[in-house]
Amino acid sequence: MTAKRMTILAPEGMLGYGIPARSMAEGMKRNPDALAVDAGSTDPGPYYLGAGVAFTNRRAFKRDLAMILEAAQGRHIPVLIGSAGGGGGTPHLEWTLEVYREICRERGYRFRTAVIGAEVDKNWLKRQILRGRTSPLDLDTALTADDVDRSARIVAQMGYEPFMRALDMDAEVIIAGRAYDPAPIGALPMRAGFDPGLVIHMGKILECGGAAAYPRHGSDSLLGFMEEDAFIVEPPNPDKVCTVASVAAHTLYEKADPYLMHLPGGAIDLTRTTFEQLTPRQVRVSGTRFVKAPQYTLKLEGVRRVGYRTLAIAGVRDPILISQIDAYLENIRQRVAETYPDGYRLIFHVYGRDGVMGRLEQVKEIRSHEIGLVIEVVADDPDTSAAVLALARSAGLHVTYPGRKAIAGNLAFPFSPSDIKAGDVYEFNIHHLVVVDDPLELFPVEIIKT
Amino acid sequence: MVPWAPMRRTIGEIAAFVTSKNAGPFLLTLDIVFPDRRTYERFKALKALDRVTIAGLYGVMAEDVLKIIEFDPAYAVKITMRRPLGSGALGESDVYGAQQHVPLMEHAVTWEDA
Repeated sequence: MTAKRMTILAPEGMLGYGIPARSMAEGMKRNPDALAVDAGSTDPGPYYLGAGVAFTNRRAFKRDLAMILEAAQGRHIPVLIGSAGGGGGTPHLEWTLEVYREICRERGYRFRTAVIGAEVDKNWLKRQILRGRTSPLDLDTALTADDVDRSARIVAQMGYEPFMRALDMDAEVIIAGRAYDPAPIGALPMRAGFDPGLVIHMGKILECGGAAAYPRHGSDSLLGFMEEDAFIVEPPNPDKVCTVASVAAHTLYEKADPYLMHLPGGAIDLTRTTFEQLTPRQVRVSGTRFVKAPQYTLKLEGVRRVGYRTLAIAGVRDPILISQIDAYLENIRQRVAETYPDGYRLIFHVYGRDGVMGRLEQVKEIRSHEIGLVIEVVADDPDTSAAVLALARSAGLHVTYPGRKAIAGNLAFPFSPSDIKAGDVYEFNIHHLVVVDDPLELFPVEIIKT
Repeated sequence: MVPWAPMRRTIGEIAAFVTSKNAGPFLLTLDIVFPDRRTYERFKALKALDRVTIAGLYGVMAEDVLKIIEFDPAYAVKITMRRPLGSGALGESDVYGAQQHVPLMEHAVTWEDA
């Protein structure tokens, strides 16, 4: 190992959520060795991976990416982007590249650019199922060839190795598909030979940008200083601080188990980790250990199309109706079934009852003077979806019920038109692990023309 | 007549933060973060949370409550459970899982104010 210290700036936790200009400027004053950012997540749900679209706004994404490229341009430091376009599949990579090329064209930038794909070939995956190389993750169900066939898109989360390969190829900008979130953050120090447990843990904190600093509001940046036996995190925003509490609490965030966190090729063990307040704004972390797995596994994410969604939003204020809402909704359901017996799902989201928690809700009585109703229909095709919703909406407006006084209509619609086309619906159907012999096997690294 | 009854406080009153969030599309993770080591140690000593208690708060089976972990560095207790439906699945109601904390926040435990 040559370098004794390496500095990484994560400009924000999600590319496109808004980099504060001051944080970026302050961060650049610390002479980072790389700019690295995570651009994806499964958190916004299955739609974006399935439909092949980004969940961030293009204008905001372009602004943030341009800011990062401008900073990198002046300093000749690499830019590493993981999970491009959110879902990290091929259309997401293409979308990111389109914005990237537009920026380069407008500003005359010329970077040596590497692109790393992360979509999984279905036939390859079906062969791995036959070889017994897949296993479930958080679910009890084994992956089947049918799941693979029905999936609209499957990606695998790449580890550090594809990013390191791109750095070996002298890439200045690396735009990668679906990746383990900390991988772009840590690829440069990992390649330089820093302790992998610390590199991974630092990435775990920096991948959410300023989220590990207080006060916790808004999208913001975070600096990580990698040392031989520890790392230090600090917010470049002078109004924020990293405290032991803020950093340790962030270690919990969105993780099933804070003591043992799995990643491609192993896990990090935090049982001996210590967090120390180094200065009022800096926290030093040490003791985290990397535990190599006997087999190199990758996480797979896949979604399948469920149908097409149409919905209507309405409110109910009448206490006589609210007192018998279940029977009223059942009546609508029956009216619709008389015309359309099957081939769709009709779902009522009843806000004021259990609209937020669904079957986890333990408060059974309605305590509100009004309720919000979302009538949702999902059918295979848009026409069926719209027809069923139209009937459910008009039945909802006009069906009678015992004691009814308001005979002109049961629902208050805030919008005209009332019926909204919400588009294709997907759900996660693959959340499994696959064993590979080579960490690069699924992730082609190529230098592209810009 | 009971001349003296132990005081009760909700977890929301005792803790600095009580939050819920997805841990992947099929798990929900609840974090209780205490304001200081003393409060955290007092809460831990109560042994107030077990899988059956959590399952009761959410109306799920105890085996769906996968882990209850005390994380000393953050003065935090983390609970991870299965979601009844995956994030964004048909009929599901909270894609990010960010508003599922209330039954835990409103759960009362025996607690004398110091």
